[in-house]
Amino acid sequence: MSATTATPATTDVHGDTGTALRFITCGSVDDGKSTLIGRLLVDSKTVLQDQLAGVQRGGETDLALLTDGLSAEREQGITIDVAYRYFSTAKRKFIIGDAPGHEQYTRNMVTAASAADAAVVLVDATKLAWAAEVEDGTVVKRELLPQTRRHTLLAHLLRVQSIVFAVNKLDAIDDAGLAFERISTALNAFAEAAGVQVAAIVPISALKGWNVATRHADWVGYEGPSLLELLEELPVTVQDEAVPFAFPVQWVEKFSASADTSRGRRVFWGRVASGHVEPGQRVTVLPSNQTATVAQVLSHTRQPKVVHAGHSAGIVLDREVDVSRGDWLLAPDAFEPVREITATVAWLDDEPLVAGRIYWALQGHRWVKAKVARIVDRVNITTLESEPATQLEANSIGDVVLSLQQPLAVLPFTQSRALGSLVLVDTASHKTAAAVLVQPAAAKA
Amino acid sequence: MNARTETELLLPPMHSPARLSNTHLDALEEETVFILREVAAAFERPTLLFSGGKDSLVLLKCAEKAFGAGRIPYPLLMIDTGHNFPEVTAYRDQRAEELGADLIVRSVEDSMARGTVRLAHPGESRNAHQSVTLLEAIEEFRFDALIGGARRDEEKARAKERIFSHRDSFGQWQPKDQRPELWTLFNTRLAPGEHFRVFPISNWTELDVWQYIEREHVGLPSIYYTHKREVVERRGLLVPVTELTPPRDGETVQVRDVRFRTVGDITTTCPVESLAADAGDVVLETLSVDVSERGATRMDDMTSEASMEKRKKDGYF
Repeated sequence: MSATTATPATTDVHGDTGTALRFITCGSVDDGKSTLIGRLLVDSKTVLQDQLAGVQRGGETDLALLTDGLSAEREQGITIDVAYRYFSTAKRKFIIGDAPGHEQYTRNMVTAASAADAAVVLVDATKLAWAAEVEDGTVVKRELLPQTRRHTLLAHLLRVQSIVFAVNKLDAIDDAGLAFERISTALNAFAEAAGVQVAAIVPISALKGWNVATRHADWVGYEGPSLLELLEELPVTVQDEAVPFAFPVQWVEKFSASADTSRGRRVFWGRVASGHVEPGQRVTVLPSNQTATVAQVLSHTRQPKVVHAGHSAGIVLDREVDVSRGDWLLAPDAFEPVREITATVAWLDDEPLVAGRIYWALQGHRWVKAKVARIVDRVNITTLESEPATQLEANSIGDVVLSLQQPLAVLPFTQSRALGSLVLVDTASHKTAAAVLVQPAAAKA
Repeated sequence: MNARTETELLLPPMHSPARLSNTHLDALEEETVFILREVAAAFERPTLLFSGGKDSLVLLKCAEKAFGAGRIPYPLLMIDTGHNFPEVTAYRDQRAEELGADLIVRSVEDSMARGTVRLAHPGESRNAHQSVTLLEAIEEFRFDALIGGARRDEEKARAKERIFSHRDSFGQWQPKDQRPELWTLFNTRLAPGEHFRVFPISNWTELDVWQYIEREHVGLPSIYYTHKREVVERRGLLVPVTELTPPRDGETVQVRDVRFRTVGDITTTCPVESLAADAGDVVLETLSVDVSERGATRMDDMTSEASMEKRKKDGYF
């Protein structure tokens, strides 16, 4: 991505390995995520001598200690919050979010996933009943662990562009080839049922480094690239360039030769949410509904130019209109602001979501009050079926109808990340309670 | 505030540095500028922690891009341990003046005089005690957001840090209960007495910082580059010989060619051996180092695996 925004988004996305790839590792607890990251860091020679010396325990190197940086994590041997790590290969830079596996810390996994281009979901082969074949004449359904399913669903819901399964600890299994084959079948069946596109399924041993940075030839019938080779080629997230122009106003800069800043023009700074902006373009202001023409577009290098989705711009309008932080500049007639939305929520707070309660909702830079009009349903993580619910507990996923105090311009999250995403904040505790993903208007009547 | 004349907006870009493979640096800079503007807009009384060190100078450069030179909409805050390298303090004051920025200095020595900081012994490092003085400054000015130049690649506890990191009324970080941070929808809501620590260069690495310094010609205190200095070798570190850190019995004072990878309190900061005379040289050295920035330079972090985490829980930035 070029911050100077001279290039259209179409050249800056697919396969641009010059841009850092942000990926997360997730999956169930003890599936080996921290060890995998430790292995990636060591094999890419990112780990420095003093850091490696810090993770020697009884003469052995414990790779997981490279990422579990909190004392509570080391005491308990689990990951509580996301650790961000940075490494590069000759081909590309990477930012890893090492997400926790425990259900209790799902909110931290969602935090990491919301910024990720790719998700590596670890599957611990030793924990699955892959060996059982036939029972009472029917093939036993090979169940994945609940957190494998939950994390895959969340990554999919959040539109993480590439989802990769890494089947780990196969080195600890005698018939690793059969195990990999059957686990792959189970993963593909689950993904198909959930509508999840799988970028790849890679057999690995994080402990031994097999297929992590380098290929482990002639193993379990897998002939694809190593996990790292795969990551080097994955695309970064596509910006919402094809969607009409939308721009949340972040900060209003007043400029005037006189000290009276109520006179003179103002610059509206923010990040283009979708489409692009250039001088001459008409815009409508939400909520005032006034229209104006873009007189000048600035970036922080102060050059007038076209600015594309995902990049920051300063917009000067041709006339005085009422615009403040939180307002949106929109392509005229492209949006129908609504007072009610149906959305999928990933509930993150320990206090459950309750129908009838009012929360703060944040979209772009705009805060509005939102009331949970009703809970439509909750997803059963095991069966993927919808079930009735009167509240949504922490770490559950469900559909709700929100009524908004003021109209918002929204699009389904599947069309636009920026216009389709909100967060809910508890009005009493101020805690961030939910990730909200707007659904198509008529999806669930 | 932030008044800018119309003609200024029509000026050409501030500079046109040679563009190499800069997409990653551009993306980092843009993220940082976005966060700096968010702080200006979302908080009533923000401040930018400014030590004169390289990370805070990079932050200032990004702030110039976000707001225009000379128009940074928040004061700079320095918590002074009284144990600073004079080159750094002088450069700090020079930059603040050049930018016309409001520089607030609060010192650990004043906290000692008030009795709020008590040293265990006179030679004790004052680094950890900065937290007390910092919290006193927050209370004095009722700051609601403190921008800091910390990076996630510095240290394991830092790697866990949110960009907008919520602090309770005791300034405490609660690593087990951080707010989810979704997309760039930052929840900046506060109860009275609480504040945020904001880290706009979280995603930068030491190498990124040096490449940016080179590309943008960011000026630094001279001790970041090679110079001759009296040092003693102690536990694998080169300890600078100063009035505060005299040689111990049996140690041999040597003059070596050194530079600082990080600067802070004199009593805890060590230089590394280097002949790097400019940012380009440092970039090349950084590409080939095998010891981390903290491992090579910090005496205090070696005492305990969790010392940074503990300090942060106590309100350290």
